Amino acid sequence: MPTELQSRAHRTPRMTRANDGISLSDVSRAYLDRHGASVQALAGVSLHADHGELLAVVGPSGCGKTTLLELICGLQAPDRGAVECAPAALMPQRDLLLPWLCAVDNAALALRIAGSSRAAARAQAAELFAELGLGGFEAAHPHELSGGMRQRVAFLRTLLSGKPVLCLDEPFGALDAITRAEMQAWLGRALQREPRTVVLVTHDVEEAVVLADRVAVLSPRPGRLRAEIEVDLPRPRSRTDAAVLALREQALTALGLGAAAGVEVGMAMGIDAGTRMNTGIETEPGP
Amino acid sequence: MRHRVLNALPAIVLVAILLGAWELYADSGATSSSILPSPHTIAQSLWSNAGLLSHNLAVTAEEVALGLALALALGFALGVLIHLSPPLRRACYPLTVGSQAVPIAVIAPLLVFLLGFGLLPKLIVIVLICFFPVVVTTVDGLAAVDPDQLKLLRTLDASRLQAFRFAELPAALPAAISGARIAVTVGVIGAYIAESQTATSGAYAGLGHEINADLSSLATARAYAAAVVLFAFAIACFYTLSLVERRLAPWANQSRGDLR
Repeated sequence: MPTELQSRAHRTPRMTRANDGISLSDVSRAYLDRHGASVQALAGVSLHADHGELLAVVGPSGCGKTTLLELICGLQAPDRGAVECAPAALMPQRDLLLPWLCAVDNAALALRIAGSSRAAARAQAAELFAELGLGGFEAAHPHELSGGMRQRVAFLRTLLSGKPVLCLDEPFGALDAITRAEMQAWLGRALQREPRTVVLVTHDVEEAVVLADRVAVLSPRPGRLRAEIEVDLPRPRSRTDAAVLALREQALTALGLGAAAGVEVGMAMGIDAGTRMNTGIETEPGP
Repeated sequence: MRHRVLNALPAIVLVAILLGAWELYADSGATSSSILPSPHTIAQSLWSNAGLLSHNLAVTAEEVALGLALALALGFALGVLIHLSPPLRRACYPLTVGSQAVPIAVIAPLLVFLLGFGLLPKLIVIVLICFFPVVVTTVDGLAAVDPDQLKLLRTLDASRLQAFRFAELPAALPAAISGARIAVTVGVIGAYIAESQTATSGAYAGLGHEINADLSSLATARAYAAAVVLFAFAIACFYTLSLVERRLAPWANQSRGDLR
């Protein structure tokens, strides 16, 4: 399918609640910073995802990715535009596990909130623990677990909320490269077992291409949609696959960091909002 | 076990040196024994008055325990309310701070006038002294809860009350105990002051009353013995509360290493 550069504002919003997806139409959002100045986080962004799709959102730091997720989860309302999303659960960057609860109680939190007894909630969560390779860690407390394990428990907590949409905010950003690769594979398997609509925010373009059905590229602040790239490849994907590398290159180019620009290192370091790399090449989105 | 004994050794040595110096000074005759008794005289008095002192200790300990429990409950409740309601914070916090500056000597006779002699005025004095640190540590403990944690609970459909119960309450309890731990040593002094100001009749009126009576009748060694008992009691309270705090919040003391 052709890469879509234009916003999908002209599309009639489908019954996204009914089909468990998300739809943002021409959404803008600003907030006041510490000094009281207005900061435009997002400007005219339109995105959608259908049931079972994994939409990755990539962009440099400060491009409004977290704001986007909070809009989808209903924690914020847009200043302009419409947000129509099925109920969404948030998995934040830091695992935010409650230190006084053991792993299985942490994962079962949403069930306890909904009114299940502790025993029933634990039983339900423990099932998932075993199926997703966390068996034996149910009684461990967060301070006894490694970073990767904590993120897995946090992800199970998000899954067990029973919501059709999952918003993952750079879930593997705090992990080392090896653990990150393992976690990406684990996430792929988990979603195969429990399909949801997923919005994955990440600064790692490779991760986006390996995991997603579509990759949306945002510009630096104010965040605008630069490109939407379809990833129509069979899973599981290898990061060294030629097709994967080509799409990664495409996404990097949309960010203004393609190999032709010769500044890949900039991406690894994380670009700050508002800076432009002077590449001498026109940074037009996509081919 | 051996480890613990070795750790305590420097403190034991220091105390022994101080006691030795005290003994030498007192025995040298530089001061009269009715002003500064020597440690061995105090020890003798402790031994021979064990019954009297232990009964008085029971009375004082009851006041302190009840007073501290009340202070914990009230301080915790007030801390939670202040945290949850900004208008209440603006109303109550200055008054709470001000309550610490009220001279007990002024309040105590008023309390006796209103409530008579007995346990209640003493309790009120102890609560007055102890509840302030509990309020402060509770409010601080609640404020230290990560706001992202509360955001997360909102996305899991938690009500404000549920968010409080899961994310804030378990953080507030150890904080309150920490405040009580700070308060208890001053609270014991408060018990002494309370007993001095609200004199009770009867033989067993608490260690504070005992100390005052003995000092004024020049039974100085016994007064010092009672003071030693009070001192040991305060330290025991402090360490007991430290233990309670550690048991309530085991995660707070763990090192945050990655287990790989």
